[in-house]
Amino acid sequence: MNSAVVQDGFVLRSLGRIGRMTIFFLQMFLQCGRVLARPGLVINQIYNAGGRSLVIIMLSGLFTGMVLALLGFNLLQRFGSEEALGFATALALVKELGPVLTALLFAGRAGTALTSEIGLMRATDQLTAMQMMAVDPLRFVVAPRFLGGLISMPLLNAVYVVIGLFGAHLVGVRMMGVDNGSFWSQMQSSVSLHDVNEGIVKSLVFGFICSLIAVYEGYHAEPTAEGVGLATTRTVVASSVLILLLDYMLTAAFL
Amino acid sequence: MDVRDACYSVRGRAIFSGLSLQAMKGQITAVMGPSGTGKTTLLRLMTAQIYADSGEVRVFGQNLADLGSRQIFALRKRMGMLFQNSALLSDFDVFENVAFPLREHTDLTEALIRSLVLTKLNAVGLRGAAQLMPEELSGGMARRVALARAVVMDPELLIYDEPFVGLDPIALGVILRLIQQLNQALGITSIIVSHDVHELSSIAHRTYLMAEGRIVASGTPEDLARSNEPIVHQFMSGDPDGPAPFHYPAPELTTELLADGPP
Repeated sequence: MNSAVVQDGFVLRSLGRIGRMTIFFLQMFLQCGRVLARPGLVINQIYNAGGRSLVIIMLSGLFTGMVLALLGFNLLQRFGSEEALGFATALALVKELGPVLTALLFAGRAGTALTSEIGLMRATDQLTAMQMMAVDPLRFVVAPRFLGGLISMPLLNAVYVVIGLFGAHLVGVRMMGVDNGSFWSQMQSSVSLHDVNEGIVKSLVFGFICSLIAVYEGYHAEPTAEGVGLATTRTVVASSVLILLLDYMLTAAFL
Repeated sequence: MDVRDACYSVRGRAIFSGLSLQAMKGQITAVMGPSGTGKTTLLRLMTAQIYADSGEVRVFGQNLADLGSRQIFALRKRMGMLFQNSALLSDFDVFENVAFPLREHTDLTEALIRSLVLTKLNAVGLRGAAQLMPEELSGGMARRVALARAVVMDPELLIYDEPFVGLDPIALGVILRLIQQLNQALGITSIIVSHDVHELSSIAHRTYLMAEGRIVASGTPEDLARSNEPIVHQFMSGDPDGPAPFHYPAPELTTELLADGPP
């Protein structure tokens, strides 16, 4: 009985949260047109969310590609199919690891930065001051950050995949001696546009979810140091769980 | 500005119960009261950041409860507000903070915006600090920048939340004169919430004293200074004993000190 009540409470709270987030998104969406008329605001946020995440994305992509190549080579060698290394690493990076790891890193770096920035603006009355100056913070603060995150994610994903392939090539071809021609030709012949589309759709969906959660949590953070900290934690936890959940659903949908 | 019988409560605790006050056009109206009486909450009520549970709040003759968000925003373009903590935008320097409302609401040329901003900054003595970031300012300087930003659109109504906190005597004198000049020269209606009795008494046309969620006294500063009402007398003379308790409700100190265990 107690467990049922607790579950009911959890379900109701979750539904309420989803409802509030949907309303928040619709209010913000109505402002997006006016925000796009001032591209400077969005470009600034693409730099903040995307540009400043480049180093961590490139480093992670490089090492992921290198590890994939090591493991892949070890496995494929047992079946005498080392030349399929390019295909295997490319498929893993384009369809799965690229979008998921980019999104997880984005949530940890840019998502937390967005939440804490907006939360601190709330705590220091900057959002209220804007409202008092008849400027809607949803238009001036929230929507540009959301759009910046949404646009950044596929771009970061592309960088991640390219650097990952470079890392895989470095280990597979340069260190393990896989034939360079086989590495690229296998990749070219086996990775289809459908696979690339899957990666792009995933990164767009993850970009939408991560950016929405980050700006929502920041905007609704309790205006205290602890409140901003809790909101930041919620951003990472909710984004990470949803990324993995949606990844499963999208992978199943694309099969 | 006309507040009539406003009631407002948070989680069952009444903040205002039947509060009424009027701020006349072109006058400086002071709202005073001990800490924790809801002065800042009253300002939030006046600016439609929150709404009264019952009663009316009218600004420029319009009942705030009847207005949609667009109309509220249109109304706010005619108002300026100085925040207790300045609330400067941390991404912008001093110049851009003051220019912000102009850039958002007007199509003025860059040269005109520059002239207007520098004039306002000069009035608060911070023209030389135009390129500083908010974190480089002291509390008093930040407040002066916030004042320049509040007046840059030449509002009809200016609302000040604790404008004198953290100001040195020179800045205090300048800000007092500035508030007076804005009122006399431009006819700006001003509502000042503060507990600085002497500063407010020197410039206010009408003063309201708030306590226990309602207005307990009103009149000219001289009326309040002469009042024999115990609460008015206590507040105006700063006595610790009187109807307004200095201590938050608690058991006797000796009882608590002698008791075992945590409180």
